[in-house]
This record gives sequence, C-alpha cells and structure tokens, in this order.
Amino acid sequence: MPTFNDILILLPEFYLVAAACLLLLLDAFMKPEQRPLLHWLSIAVLLVGIYLVVVGQPSQTVTAFNGMFIRDGVSEILKVFALLSTVLVFFYAKPYLQDRKLFVGEFYTLTIFAVIGIMLLVSAGNLIMVYLGLELLTLSSYALVALNRDSRLSSEAAIKYFVLGALASGMLLYGMSMVYGATGTLDLARLHMAATQTGMPHLLVFGLIFMIVGIGFKLGAAPFHMWIPDVYQGSPTAVTIFIGSAPKLAAFGMAYRLLASGLGDLSQHWQIMLACLAVLSLAIGNLVAIVQSNLKRLLAYSTISHMGYLLVGLVNAGPEGYASSLFYAISYAITSAAAFGVILALARAGFECEEIDDLKGLNQRSPWAAFLMMLVMFSLAGVPPLFGFFGKLLVFQAAIHAGFLWLAIVGAVFAIIGLYYYLRVVKVMYFDKPVEGTEVYLQKDVSVRLVLSLNVLALLVLGFVWGPLFGWCQSVFIG
Amino acid sequence: MITLSHFIVLGAVLFCIALASLFINRKNVIVLLMSIELMLLAVNINFVAFSRFLGDVAGQVFVFFILTVAAAETAIGLAILVLLMRNRSTINVAEIDSMKG
Repeated sequence: MPTFNDILILLPEFYLVAAACLLLLLDAFMKPEQRPLLHWLSIAVLLVGIYLVVVGQPSQTVTAFNGMFIRDGVSEILKVFALLSTVLVFFYAKPYLQDRKLFVGEFYTLTIFAVIGIMLLVSAGNLIMVYLGLELLTLSSYALVALNRDSRLSSEAAIKYFVLGALASGMLLYGMSMVYGATGTLDLARLHMAATQTGMPHLLVFGLIFMIVGIGFKLGAAPFHMWIPDVYQGSPTAVTIFIGSAPKLAAFGMAYRLLASGLGDLSQHWQIMLACLAVLSLAIGNLVAIVQSNLKRLLAYSTISHMGYLLVGLVNAGPEGYASSLFYAISYAITSAAAFGVILALARAGFECEEIDDLKGLNQRSPWAAFLMMLVMFSLAGVPPLFGFFGKLLVFQAAIHAGFLWLAIVGAVFAIIGLYYYLRVVKVMYFDKPVEGTEVYLQKDVSVRLVLSLNVLALLVLGFVWGPLFGWCQSVFIG
Repeated sequence: MITLSHFIVLGAVLFCIALASLFINRKNVIVLLMSIELMLLAVNINFVAFSRFLGDVAGQVFVFFILTVAAAETAIGLAILVLLMRNRSTINVAEIDSMKG
C-alpha cells in the first residue's frame, strides 16, 4: 500500500501535475490579453518546483511505491537542470510566440507535462516507469512540434517525429520484453542481480541491443538520428529550443537507469556498442553540419555530434564516465538553450532568423548579439576557457581511463573538424557585410535580453569555475 | 504442445512484419500508424507469454500500460495526420519531403 511517505517523496512531481492542471484551467477562463500573467505564473511554478526538489533532497537514496520511483543524487541533479533549462525556454519563447499568434496556454501546459515526464523518467526504478516517463515526454513533444497548426513544415516535422519516435518506443519495448523474459523481473535493482545469473544470456544480450537502439533514437545518436534535423528545422523555434535542451538530460538519465542501474554487468557488451554509436554520431554530425545553410539545421547536426561526445563518456561504464557524461549533458543543455535563445531574440514577426546568411554583418548592427552568439559558438565548439571545453576534456579523459584511447583521439579529431562550421558562423557575423535593405536587431523585451545575457555569461563564468559543478556530478555517483 | 518459443517466434514475426511495412510503405501515413500498432501488439504477445511461463504477473501489468499508452499515442498520431491533410492535402508518404539535407 502507498503510504504518506511515498507521496512525500514524489512531492515535486505531484505538485507540478497539480500546477499544470491548474494552469490549463486558468488558461480556459482567461482573456487573451491577460495571457502574460500565465507566462509569469508558469515560470514561478517551475521555480517553486526547483525549490521543492532541492529542499526535499534526501541524504541517501530513497524509493517509493515498491521501488517504482527512486530519488537519489542523479535524479536530483538532472531534475534541477531540466527545470532550470525549461525556465530559460519560457523566458526566450514569449516574444517569439506573441509575434506569431502562438502565445497560447497549451505551450506552457504541454511543456510542463513534458518536464514531468523527464522527472519521472530520470527517477524510474522499474521498466514500466521508464516507459511511462518517456511516453509522457515524447507525446507532449509531438503535440508541441505541431503547435503551429497552419505551417506545412511544422506538420511535416510532427509526423516524422511521431513515426520515428513511436518506432523507437516499439524497439525499446521489444528489448524490454526480451530482458524481462531472460531475468523474470521489471525492477531495475532486481534486474541488476538477476542479469548475472540468468539461464538465457543470449536472450538478455538480444534485448540489450534493442534497448540500445531505443536509447540511440531518443538521444539522437547516429545512425538513429534521422528525425533530429527535420524536427529542429520544422518546429517553431520556441519548441526547438525546448527539444534541444531538457530532453537531452532525460536521455542521459534513461541511458544511465537502463544501462548502468539495470544492466551494468553487461557493460562489456554495451561499451563497444556505444563506442560505435559515438564514432558514427561524431562523424555524421560534424561532417554533414559543414554543408548546412540553415542555422537550425546546423545546430541539429551539432546536437548529433554532441550526443556522440556524451556517449564517449558513457563508454567508460564507471562512476568517472557517468559523472563526465552528466556534466556534458548539463553543459550541452545550457549552451543549446543559449544558442536557440539568441536565434529567438533576433527573430521577429515575419522574420525567423533561420539562415546563416541572416546573421551577415551582425556585429555592425547589434554588437552585443554578435558577441553573445560568438561565445555560444565557441562554447559549442569547445574552445577554452568556455564551458563546453571542459565537458569535452572530461569525457575524453574518462574514455582514456577506460582504455578507449582511440575513441578519445577520434573525438578530438572531429572536434577540430567541427570547429570549422562554428567558426563560419562567427566569420559571417564579424567579417561579412550586412545585406542591404534588411534589418536585424535584438528583441526589445527586457527580460529576454537580461536572461539571455546572464545565460551566455554563465557559459563564460562556468568555464572558469567548473570545479563545483563537476564535484556535484561526481558526488552523486559515489556511494 | 505449444511452448514458449512458439509465442516468441510469433512475436518476432509480427514485429518484423510491422518493421518491414514501416519501411516499405510509401503510400499512406495511416498504414504507418497501423504498423506502429502492430509492433506494440507484438511486444504485448512477448510480455504475456513470458509472464505466463515465468509465473510472474508483472509482465501482464506492463501490457495494460502499453495498451493504454498506445491508444493515447494513436490519438495524437491521428490528430497530426488531420493537420497534415489540412495543410498539404495529401497523406502520401513519398510527398512529405519539403525538408532535406
């Protein structure tokens, strides 16, 4: 029977579900001109969510509902940063949505429900919970991608996302059914014990392969990356920024729960599979990004390559590797939010600022925007001393310590190749002449300007003081 | 005598049919929705069979959840399909190709 204590452990999730339902009701009774209130309320709801997660942080791992739900250091840190990056998304999205008549309550409720899905997924202690959390996240995301109901591209992106996402869920479930058959349990902790003494090791590895395909799809790692570029390009930028930030933390959480908590003893099998996915993602992401002319598509291929770096850390299959991957996922979520944030801040009614050519001569028109974009690009490329550099350094270090020196070398080579297309954006902004007869300027909205500047400067500051954050990442995997 | 492996083979065959129809079909998006449904049903057969032969009820509980989520998934899929039909006047898979590269 669930006790009061169980409910207390799930307090942040229960609170967010209730708050999301209330926001939905409030939206139904609200006049359109009162809607900015909904925006600020949603931000407040998420901030209170962060507070509840941090305050209720248990000193050790606790479980609720018969092991269905785990609350430990890993889930806490992922939840805090998922909520934080969603707050950033809400700040950046408002003027964009208002300019396009998309400023509706659904955006806020669906995003909050997706975040609840992330929180349940990263706290899952059972394969059922992994599946349900994942579906709550993806079903909300499908609807969000189709938010702009009159756009041809948006609906095309939504159907592609839907079909490939459902295929991924099917693969993941098929793998889960095989693992269940081999071990006789759905509980991740018991799975860990049963995996070593199963009578059907082949069935278990067969299931593992399907689960890795599912994880690869959700991460967007090559060769399961087909949906990423189309979804990034086709969905409204306000939705792209969400899909590009918080769900990456969820994908890391899912990979950690399934592979490390559940099937950690099969690491000699999944290490090599993940290494292959990592190399392919690095190659496809970095090479195809070079030929892109659309900025959102370029960032989509850059995501694929970043998921490759994240996998390089996971290949270590030890606390050091998980910590470096977690650090990488956090740094990517924050940097990606900043990258799309700049695009959102430069867009206005009738102008998407999607093409790289739109940024031509940005330095002459809006030096501050060009400076912010330059820092973001350098951080994504991994130029020291920015945040992104240390993420890459740590995952390479973890790979080398696990005996995957070749993987670290491949990663470093592709990081240098990747530098080319990030620097191209910087070159276009600083050395090209602005196109006559066009105008590009930063949004007037003060909150957007302020939060965006803080977000980008955080990349610089965290580049100098990354120690405490990495210390936190390390501490959650010890003991 | 029907054994566990019969069910697993049935599940695998259904899963492969679903996968093949997802990739071969170039005509109609509704067929894609049907093959996704078939894929999930193949998984359900696996779970029920394992659950029965392991004597553990958890697998059947999972099936209930999969069925429920599949219904929600199809609802969203059909909604997106209506949107697609309205915006492009076609649900032909081969014509959904405005984004490339």
